[in-house]
Amino acid sequence: MATTTYHPAAAVTLPRAAVLRPALTLLLFFTLLLGLLYPLAVTGLAQLLLPAQANGSLLRDTNGKVIGSALIGQAFHGRGEFWSRPSATAGNAYNGGASGGSNQGPGNPALQQAVAARIAALRAAHPGQHGPVPLDLVTTSGSGLDPHISLAAAHYQAPRVARELKRPLAQVEALIAAQREQGWFGSAQQARVNVLQLNLALRRLAAG
Amino acid sequence: MMTAFFWLLALFMLLLTLSVRPMGAWLAPLASGSLPSRWQAFDAALLRRLGLNDAGMGWRDYTLALLAFNVLGAVLLYGLQRLQGALPFNPQQLGAVEAGSAFNTAVSFVANTNWQGYAGETTMSYLTQMAGLAVQNFLSAATGIAVAFALMRGFARRESGDIGNFWADVLRITLYLLLPLSIVLALLLVSQGVLQNLSGYLGFEALAGHGQTLAMGPVASQEAIKLLGTNGGGFFNANSAHPFENPSELSNLLQMLAIFLIPAGLCHAFGRVVGDRRQGWAIYIAMSVLFVVAASAIAWFEAQGNPLLSALGADGGSGNLEGKDMRFGIAGSSLFAAVTTAASCGAVNAMHDSFTALGGMVPMLLMQLGEVVFGGVGSGLYGMLVFAVLAVFVAGLMVGRTPEYLGKKIEPFDMKMVALTILVTPLLVLAGTAVAVVVAPGLAGLANPGAHGFSEVLYAFSSAANNNGSAFAGLSANTPFYNAMLGIAMWLGRFAVIVPVLALAGSLAAKKRLSPTLGSMPTHDGLFIGLLIGSVLLVGALTYLPALALGPVVEHLAIWATH
Repeated sequence: MATTTYHPAAAVTLPRAAVLRPALTLLLFFTLLLGLLYPLAVTGLAQLLLPAQANGSLLRDTNGKVIGSALIGQAFHGRGEFWSRPSATAGNAYNGGASGGSNQGPGNPALQQAVAARIAALRAAHPGQHGPVPLDLVTTSGSGLDPHISLAAAHYQAPRVARELKRPLAQVEALIAAQREQGWFGSAQQARVNVLQLNLALRRLAAG
Repeated sequence: MMTAFFWLLALFMLLLTLSVRPMGAWLAPLASGSLPSRWQAFDAALLRRLGLNDAGMGWRDYTLALLAFNVLGAVLLYGLQRLQGALPFNPQQLGAVEAGSAFNTAVSFVANTNWQGYAGETTMSYLTQMAGLAVQNFLSAATGIAVAFALMRGFARRESGDIGNFWADVLRITLYLLLPLSIVLALLLVSQGVLQNLSGYLGFEALAGHGQTLAMGPVASQEAIKLLGTNGGGFFNANSAHPFENPSELSNLLQMLAIFLIPAGLCHAFGRVVGDRRQGWAIYIAMSVLFVVAASAIAWFEAQGNPLLSALGADGGSGNLEGKDMRFGIAGSSLFAAVTTAASCGAVNAMHDSFTALGGMVPMLLMQLGEVVFGGVGSGLYGMLVFAVLAVFVAGLMVGRTPEYLGKKIEPFDMKMVALTILVTPLLVLAGTAVAVVVAPGLAGLANPGAHGFSEVLYAFSSAANNNGSAFAGLSANTPFYNAMLGIAMWLGRFAVIVPVLALAGSLAAKKRLSPTLGSMPTHDGLFIGLLIGSVLLVGALTYLPALALGPVVEHLAIWATH
């Protein structure tokens, strides 16, 4: 069997062409094509075909004033409102200009202290609820802008909201059912509601 | 909870497997240089206009061109970040990026790592994002694919001195593959709610009664190539957890598929180029087995939840939700974590730092295996092929035969290059971690106490040296110490691997291709797949188990000790 002895020098078949000129030419060409033409063309197409989504899925009140984005959570605190999850965004909660999570590890004492404090606050505000507190209501999301809470978290808060708005519980529960978003593959854990949309529906109910 | 995960995993693997054949058919002509005839005239004209040609290069010329292209790209990206304050497309009037951070980021994006020491929405102007970061998203991906093409040619060619032309490769990969895919994916993402505008940040009085500012920008166009090119550097700080980057369960599925699309297709393209499709499927199956096991492990650990929080009165039945968004839940977050670390993407849709101890260990291990479970575009395949050469070498030693792979005799020079390739990244990871945990500036960055703090450092160096880019993001890495250390790890983790791989390609191309005999070991059957998986796991486990025992394993035992 013949063996092929490899001589690295034999692989160099071309004279060393200057590499700087082609490198610079291509970088310039790509910067113009991929760095300007491509994003601007996609922006043009998106603004033409899907302007609502491309500009942030904004929600407006009856006067046309922006009140939020359907995709971005807000820090609701009113006693007659559904509350969002805690948020770890820099500066203030639900800061849409500085997204991020807590990055606390599972064994970090600071996480346990924060969760204990949130549980205490929720129990104080929901005296009728004696079971475990829905976990999503006491943990921060990855984005810090999570627009959703679990269905369980909405049901947990419903009696408080109904009491505060002086409405029958069934009416509030019906709103939750109407806003329910089903998780894929029927996952019960992922059934959820958009808090901003739910509170908007609540306001319409209170007004009407 | 696990039921939803397994359905999602099954759907994902089904769609991915269906994409393998068409993607392979798209990629193979680019690798073998046989473009469809209707493109040839355009292709030739474009090369001519740019002053280029597609004459074959030896491996040294190929390497030289690749290095020049990447070094200049890094210099350009550094300059753009430093000058952004004086340039257009900067509605937030963001100033120059700090020098250390700009160096780290330039290296990071050129090396296809896309580690982010900065927060996008408060640091980078739209021009830097579009013409700097996104351009390198394309070009670092094209570089990786080009190297994989060169190695494929090394196996396919006989007694040849050339492994292709780097300039033509980068141009064709970018124009005929990455750009069209990106345009389609960008528009699909916009339809789900991903932003694509050039407006300034939007301030308003929110319904909740507080003021809110929403960061804006040309997100979708960058998001598309961030995933397709396994780059992973997000437009925003929260990356794919941000609702404006990843708004829905459907966008999440599209993103995960986009990450694996090219690495999976390259397996099939490899089979086509070497003239035996079974070879490509064998690699694909080996990767898939490792991936499915790892993904399931992450989901299982995350579903166990955090007993410390349940003890406080939280509902433990929901799994571990700290750092996860509700639209993804345990299933969508766990699968994404497996995809992004199996591939060297590094985009995240949940905060890995807040995963359970073992749920966070698996992503770390996936990176430490050398990013060969699909891996980066191109780099995953060439990494896995290096392990395939190692596997036939080990098998050859066991039965006392000269090892050969695809008819190529594996000789001492080849094995030296294989050993170099496999040893560079563990050296960077372990030495880097060791230094960082004994010096003050390294320890100053830790966000979490105890064993988890060690995990943060180990994760950072695993991610940087293997060009992943995800993080246990609590670590304050935007400091002179980490910017420099991780910058070096990313650069060497990329190019100190690429050079020996190209040398291997050159060596293989120069050899004869022997026809298989009765004595040749088949490299497409179950035995070989098992051998390949075994080689990957053996090298990874031997290298990293002690370090993992000090971090995630200790943490797990401490958390569950009292329960």
